[in-house]
Amino acid sequence: MEWETVIGLEVHVQLATRSKIFSGSSTAFGAEPNTQACAIDLAMPGTLPTVNAEAFRMATMFGLAINAEINRRSIFERKNYFYPDLPKGYQTTQLASPIVGAGYLDLTLSNGETKRVRIHHAHLEEDAGKSLHEDFHGMSGIDLNRAGTPLIEVVTEPDMRSAEEAVAFAKKLHGLVTSLGICDGDMSQGSMRFDVNISVRPKGQEKLGTRTETKNLNSFKFMEEAIELEIERQIDVLESGGKIVQETRLYNGDTKKARSMRTKEDSNDYRYFPCPDLLPVVLDDAFIEDVRRQMPELPEAKRARYIAELGLPEYDASILSSDAATAAYFEEAAQLSGKPKLAANWVMVELAAQLNRQELTIQQSPISAAALAGLIRRLDDGTISSKMAKIVFEAMWNGEGDADTVIETKGLKQVSDTGALEKIVDDIIANNPQQVANYRSAAEDKRPKMLGFFVGQAMKASKGQANPQELNRILLEKLGG
Amino acid sequence: MDRSEIEKLAHLARLEIRPEEIDEVATRISNVLALVDQLQALDTGNVAPMAHPLDAVQRLRADEVSEPNRRDEFLAIAPATENGLYLVPKVID
Repeated sequence: MEWETVIGLEVHVQLATRSKIFSGSSTAFGAEPNTQACAIDLAMPGTLPTVNAEAFRMATMFGLAINAEINRRSIFERKNYFYPDLPKGYQTTQLASPIVGAGYLDLTLSNGETKRVRIHHAHLEEDAGKSLHEDFHGMSGIDLNRAGTPLIEVVTEPDMRSAEEAVAFAKKLHGLVTSLGICDGDMSQGSMRFDVNISVRPKGQEKLGTRTETKNLNSFKFMEEAIELEIERQIDVLESGGKIVQETRLYNGDTKKARSMRTKEDSNDYRYFPCPDLLPVVLDDAFIEDVRRQMPELPEAKRARYIAELGLPEYDASILSSDAATAAYFEEAAQLSGKPKLAANWVMVELAAQLNRQELTIQQSPISAAALAGLIRRLDDGTISSKMAKIVFEAMWNGEGDADTVIETKGLKQVSDTGALEKIVDDIIANNPQQVANYRSAAEDKRPKMLGFFVGQAMKASKGQANPQELNRILLEKLGG
Repeated sequence: MDRSEIEKLAHLARLEIRPEEIDEVATRISNVLALVDQLQALDTGNVAPMAHPLDAVQRLRADEVSEPNRRDEFLAIAPATENGLYLVPKVID
């Protein structure tokens, strides 16, 4: 039987505010445990939450970017459950009146097609703390620094039909929230976490199959693997006559295996109700228009600008605009070098390859955008050949200094000086009379191949530093006569 | 409210109710619910739900870090701590 996969996502996006959503504790990552957990975060008796305006500004910005209606009046509710990483005994979240209503994102798939994924809504809520289960004499250790960090949870419609589409959506969303500056996008630190709802159904069937939810995926790679694995599992179960159980699953990226976490039967009854500690938040048109005016350039607009103003091909423009940090790096390198296409090539090829190899983000690149621009300028003005540029790049990556320093210390200057090149060519012609005679008596179409000998000799004589275009021109001129 | 509903609610609220108390608790909660039923009998079809009698709205605060680190004071009143962490009975998903 042919099966169709149906995927919906719930994405937790940590907002890049300085302080928490309901308290004035810092949200900075990496602090000593519990040094950023105040009386409100700890749910001390008698404390009351206060609401961070910036969280609403950021959520509004997100809503505008996905063409959603912003709810002028949004309400916080309590989702009740006991787990020690949220000491209040409930998570403050939004259910009936979330800040961001229905919207959508358009994806460009690898086959060039455009796919619209509808977003059901996005709501504001607080993150939980972290539980550490190892090595506390049978107890769990709790770090509440993260408790109360503002999140928006983005809930899609079940519009995706493959792992590829789900990952494309995830990447698009990542590019969007980082471009908006509302999330740092660092997935290794949990700044974006994906819950994936997956079901399969016989192709052509309208009714959805029973779904499972794979929780807390924090990399695009794990997300793709987990989806492929779960699709395969569900099809296996159904084809062998079994039934899919609605359950929550966990995927382990190290072992490449997934396991069931809990089934629907013992799922929680969250008993949502409006939080009596918080009044409705009312945003007026002036607030929303103000946010609209502050919106930074979105990836789509960047892409169009790279094509129209910088003359980049569509492919380059799409790649460079999709991620805010990459876009910023590229734009700086393009501007400082004055050569957008060369900058695009270097960022997408050499730099991307090195970053990948060493698993670094572009912000961690040992070569700054300004330093790369310096290299591009030397390549563009003919000081070095593109072959030499790769050697210089390597050296810069290894911390041997900027382009000019490396060119100087390694003696990589390209010889473009006509006088010097003419001298080399004259010597070669004088020392190889037989080859010169052969060349001159050869048919026109045989000559290009024979020229290789002279180029080789000249390169050898110049220790590989002759400017190839200039050398070719001089050789042709002198051999032709 | 029957016994099983009380048991379920008690579990969700992490309250310990002894078996001999369940009937009494069920009666009391049922009485409260009866009161709510009386309120619900009112026709509120043309009354908008309100969060506050004065129709107040939430004030928002500026995004500034205002809470200092008071970990030592908080850890001092916790039943069990280690390496700056609060220790709780083991929880595993």
